[in-house]
Amino acid sequence: MYTQAMDIAAAKGEKPGKPTRLENPEYQAQFDDKVDRGDFIEAKDWMPEAYRRTLVRQISQHAHSEIVGMLPEGNWITRAPSLKRKSILLAKVQDEGGHGLYLYAAAETLGVSRDELVEALHSGKAKYSSIFNYPTLTWADIGVIGWLVDGAAIMNQIPLCRCSYGPYARAMLRICKEESFHQRQGYDLLLTMMQGTPAQRDMVQDAVNRWWWPSLMMFGPHDAQSQNSADSMRWGIKRISNDELRQKFVDATVPQAQVLGVGLPDPHLKWNEQRGHWDFGAIDWDEFWNVVAGHGPCNRERLQARVSAWEEGAWVREAALAHADKRAARARAA
Amino acid sequence: MAETREPRLEYVLRLGDSALVLGQRLSEWCGHAPVLEEELALANTALDLLGQARLLLTRAGQMEGAGRDEDALAFLRDPQAFRNVTLVELPNGDFARTVLRNLLFCAFQEQLWAGLRASSDAELAAIAAKSAKETRYHVEHAADWCVRLGDGTDESHQRMQEALDTLWPYTAELFTADAVDEAAAATGFGPAWASLEAGWQKLVRPVLEEATLAVPAPTAFRSTGKGGVHSEHLGHLLALMQTLPRSHPGARW
Amino acid sequence: MERRQWPLWEVFIRSRNGLDHKHCGSVHAPDAKLALQMARDVYTRRQEGVSLWVVRSDQIVASDPQAKPELFDPAADKIYRHPTFYQLPDAVDHM
Repeated sequence: MYTQAMDIAAAKGEKPGKPTRLENPEYQAQFDDKVDRGDFIEAKDWMPEAYRRTLVRQISQHAHSEIVGMLPEGNWITRAPSLKRKSILLAKVQDEGGHGLYLYAAAETLGVSRDELVEALHSGKAKYSSIFNYPTLTWADIGVIGWLVDGAAIMNQIPLCRCSYGPYARAMLRICKEESFHQRQGYDLLLTMMQGTPAQRDMVQDAVNRWWWPSLMMFGPHDAQSQNSADSMRWGIKRISNDELRQKFVDATVPQAQVLGVGLPDPHLKWNEQRGHWDFGAIDWDEFWNVVAGHGPCNRERLQARVSAWEEGAWVREAALAHADKRAARARAA
Repeated sequence: MAETREPRLEYVLRLGDSALVLGQRLSEWCGHAPVLEEELALANTALDLLGQARLLLTRAGQMEGAGRDEDALAFLRDPQAFRNVTLVELPNGDFARTVLRNLLFCAFQEQLWAGLRASSDAELAAIAAKSAKETRYHVEHAADWCVRLGDGTDESHQRMQEALDTLWPYTAELFTADAVDEAAAATGFGPAWASLEAGWQKLVRPVLEEATLAVPAPTAFRSTGKGGVHSEHLGHLLALMQTLPRSHPGARW
Repeated sequence: MERRQWPLWEVFIRSRNGLDHKHCGSVHAPDAKLALQMARDVYTRRQEGVSLWVVRSDQIVASDPQAKPELFDPAADKIYRHPTFYQLPDAVDHM
């Protein structure tokens, strides 16, 4: 249940609304046992503080990514080249807002408020997926984001439907169900363009060239360099390693590129008969860390857009509460 | 110069273009709404309006019989050929202006759909029946916001009053009688827009009153978008919207 | 001045008549009416429901997860409550 307000721990002298999380060897053993059995942990169950913190970080990062991710695609809604494509894109970007909302709700079950999470994003304390700091320069970018970026996101997300934290797993189930249309519409958009004029085909190739490597970076650093991976694996928050998922993505994508008739910008891309996988070239991790650190092409603009929306909306949120208060006061007086 | 067409075609273009232009305006909010929940609500309204526009422009293309589909009409006409009311092409402004315009225009649509269910054009009657359900919700949602913001804080009240002062003069255009209107009414094609004013006032006034807003006195100002003479804003809106199909003639998307 | 947040509401959907309402998530909303509208806009974009309930999250009373053993374990040995407990002759086993 997505609620942070179940007042059940109060009797034990805990602050209401906060999960029970005094370190306790007996509870820890029960928790470990549940996770090992593949059972779900629910919102008010005892959990180690580090598990809770990891979840808050990951779920909120994930939520922020959905929300910031609305911006690069939103950039093309007003310029979509047909009314059908405009409706599809608007529905898709709206879905992303919905996904952000489901995820914030899941994070809130861990005793943090949405406002706190949003403030962490706006202050730069919380991260979001670095992919959204790249610009969308042509209409083909919209197709490529659906195909590659959503494709990579789905690879990442499907294992999360089985993650050990119930509210997160349920949010991911709903998200994955909705997400499958995103990748397909992107591919469909590109197919149409590839059957079009030479200028349209060039646009697609250019977009693929720009988005391919950032998409591979979406799976995160190599397993050896991934600081949070070991704990997350142990806790059943993460089930498949970064490199394994990345390989899976490349293997799935190469044949799709062939059907589409576009090249992938990697001279080292080669089928490896022995491994049964596609080999691919080295990722430029300096670029990745630069973008994570805030120096990507659009970091400032993305964050600024979110901060402005939030600040310019403050009067709306306040007014709605003020009205609710007035109503309550009138009802009491009546 | 505004093109002149067969009155029934003009009538359908007024409906279709108004839905399209307001849908386009509302889609500008995407990613920038004051709260996440409302982000989804605004997009739902925009999607409904775009859906209405597609049906209406498709119907207009059929009536015209020149082989133009919804996209040819949306993307390859110049501003002067658009027949939307001026109210919907004005910039969004703040959230107060956005929800107030939704109330004013969608309440007007609600009257229209009711009148069009008896249209001699079966296609149009079917579009009206489908759209009426969507519009009822848009009106309710917009009205609820207007009341909350109008009777919220001092700041929100002031913003709503400013929005009303700005937008209200543009509502006169909705009910200005002209030849297109008269022809449509005379042939049973659709209601004369002038005849919808009483119903619209009955819907809108109580909301504005509950929102503690003062309705401005009528003025001599008349906007003329539905006749093809628009504000400066429509040109910019269309330049953005039409850029791709215009710069890639003949391309399919 | 500290900013207050919009309260949290739990959302329950009946996916079609004949079925129970089922919890599906939550929304923030300033009041009940907008909570319903927001639940509609967020959770029924794909025809997921024919009826919605919203209830303030802080109005829900929940059982204590640490009390699971005393609340739920005692039901474990009441196997005679389940139809499969009873072996009947094949001729009447559809009972």
